[in-house]
Amino acid sequence: MKYVAKKFLALIITLFIVSLLAFLAFQIIPGDPTTKMLGTQATPEAIAALRHRLGLDQPLPLRYWNWLTAFLTGDMGTSYSYNMPVRDMLSDKLPITALLTLLSFVITVVLSLPLGVLAGSVKNPVLDKLYTALDQVVMSIPAFFIGILACFLFGLTFRLFVPGNFISYTVSWSACLGYLFFPALSIAIPRIAMTVKMLRGSILNEMGQDYVRTARSRGNTRRAALYRHVLRNALIPVITFLAVSMAEIMTGSIVIERVFSIPGIGRLLLASINNRDFPVVQAIVVILAAWIVIVNFVADVLYQLIDPRIRLR
Amino acid sequence: MKTNTTKQSAPNKQAKQTKVRRSSFFYIGGAISAVMTLLVVISFFWTPYSPTAVDASAKMQPPSAAHLLGTDNVGRDIFSRVLQGAGTSFVIAICVVLIGCFFGVLIGALCGYYGGVADAILTRICDSITAFPAILLALVIVSIIGGGAFNIVLALGILFIPSFARIVRSEFARVRSQNYIQAARLMGAGDARIIFRHILPNTIPVLLPAVTIGFNNAILSEASMSFLGIGIMPPQASLGSMMNDAQTYLRNAPWYAISTGVTIALLILGFSLLSEGLQQSNRRA
Repeated sequence: MKYVAKKFLALIITLFIVSLLAFLAFQIIPGDPTTKMLGTQATPEAIAALRHRLGLDQPLPLRYWNWLTAFLTGDMGTSYSYNMPVRDMLSDKLPITALLTLLSFVITVVLSLPLGVLAGSVKNPVLDKLYTALDQVVMSIPAFFIGILACFLFGLTFRLFVPGNFISYTVSWSACLGYLFFPALSIAIPRIAMTVKMLRGSILNEMGQDYVRTARSRGNTRRAALYRHVLRNALIPVITFLAVSMAEIMTGSIVIERVFSIPGIGRLLLASINNRDFPVVQAIVVILAAWIVIVNFVADVLYQLIDPRIRLR
Repeated sequence: MKTNTTKQSAPNKQAKQTKVRRSSFFYIGGAISAVMTLLVVISFFWTPYSPTAVDASAKMQPPSAAHLLGTDNVGRDIFSRVLQGAGTSFVIAICVVLIGCFFGVLIGALCGYYGGVADAILTRICDSITAFPAILLALVIVSIIGGGAFNIVLALGILFIPSFARIVRSEFARVRSQNYIQAARLMGAGDARIIFRHILPNTIPVLLPAVTIGFNNAILSEASMSFLGIGIMPPQASLGSMMNDAQTYLRNAPWYAISTGVTIALLILGFSLLSEGLQQSNRRA
């Protein structure tokens, strides 16, 4: 419990630092948002009124506090470009990105665990080397290139989907998941290769431990020792790695959304960066950052839950 | 790179065993990286065609003897552009790693050696930064300070500092209280001498793989950013922005996307095999 409490405290501190950085980063932008909203022809009175309405005439710490409390209650500010609440702009895009991330994560877990166990139990040295080399090659291919290849191969050649013709989950769940399958796979493939490498190393490391020799001397076959004793220890670092992958997959989706023209949060982020629509950028960054910090926290807690030894440290 | 690593393994206990056994990954990775580096260096002085020369009579030609990798939508030679793009990625990645490594080593060394409150605070900040994928933060920084090669190098360089600082810090914290350091101190060596002459050379085995991984991350980040249109600005060729163009003409000129993508993958593969080989020999030592 003490461990969880300590990690929770660290989580709160990190979230605080992150929110402060996100707030300060957007304070140093040259230029005044009022110019963007009112144009250069505005009267000084109108500018002053708008500054007052936006709270820009208040001191910095107070503005940070107001921004933070508003953000926590769901008020993420108003978009400069569309003059609508940022929250409404995010509400229909966030689920799409979340769905893509989740799907990709599921694919990663489902494929990487058996492949990793396979890689860890290969005994033939030539085959082992070949497997490792293949893993390194797959790891080196950027996800967006895999995505483009998938568009070409499965979209244009085999016509399994129409690139660019995204169907929202509000219209049809099955069509939406069907469209998201290839983007999710594209993000997953390099992650799978990384997880396989990690699991293989972890299994080989555990296989050299004394308890494996004990298990073998008691008559267990290599296979039985692997599944009954080694695997549960070897999976521990991998589970943390998978949790961190969750964060990486979410950012990977920014790029993949562009490849497959998926109207998710990544596309909104890019459009907002190009329009210099900072409230939207700020909101997305804070949400993604908070997501990553929370995922890391969950990973730490999971780690401790699976491996009681860590509590002693 | 090779002389460096043989040197560091020399003071090992089994120094009589003169030759270090390297894994085949090290050699294959080294060969790929060497060829890519050579091509990039040549491309600074000479490319088959001008990377920006438009040729309306030779649009979207498939690979041939005249154009090794074909031509793009305005008739530019893809091979020349890929070389120039790889050069851009290369220079950016090297600058990013140099910035990250220099400041990372400095901060990591001082934090690890002296410890204390400053160390605790800096470590906390570094941990917060490394928790985020570099691309996300780099996109935000570039959205604030603007695009272009210089700003990308600046943004990525700053973001890569913590990963180096972390590694160097933990090495320094580990070694700090070992006997040979105390012996050096008793002999009257100052802090600076201990840090730079006694401890720093010992961090090289763990630093080298970190450098190669950092290099790969920089290549990938730059390519992703340019692909997203927030990075290197045209007409300067960049593998990322070429990939973005190539996707538009995927149906009619698939070789464009494939040659660009394979170039990125080869750049990354070479260095990741090198790093894998280095780590394998670290484990053996």
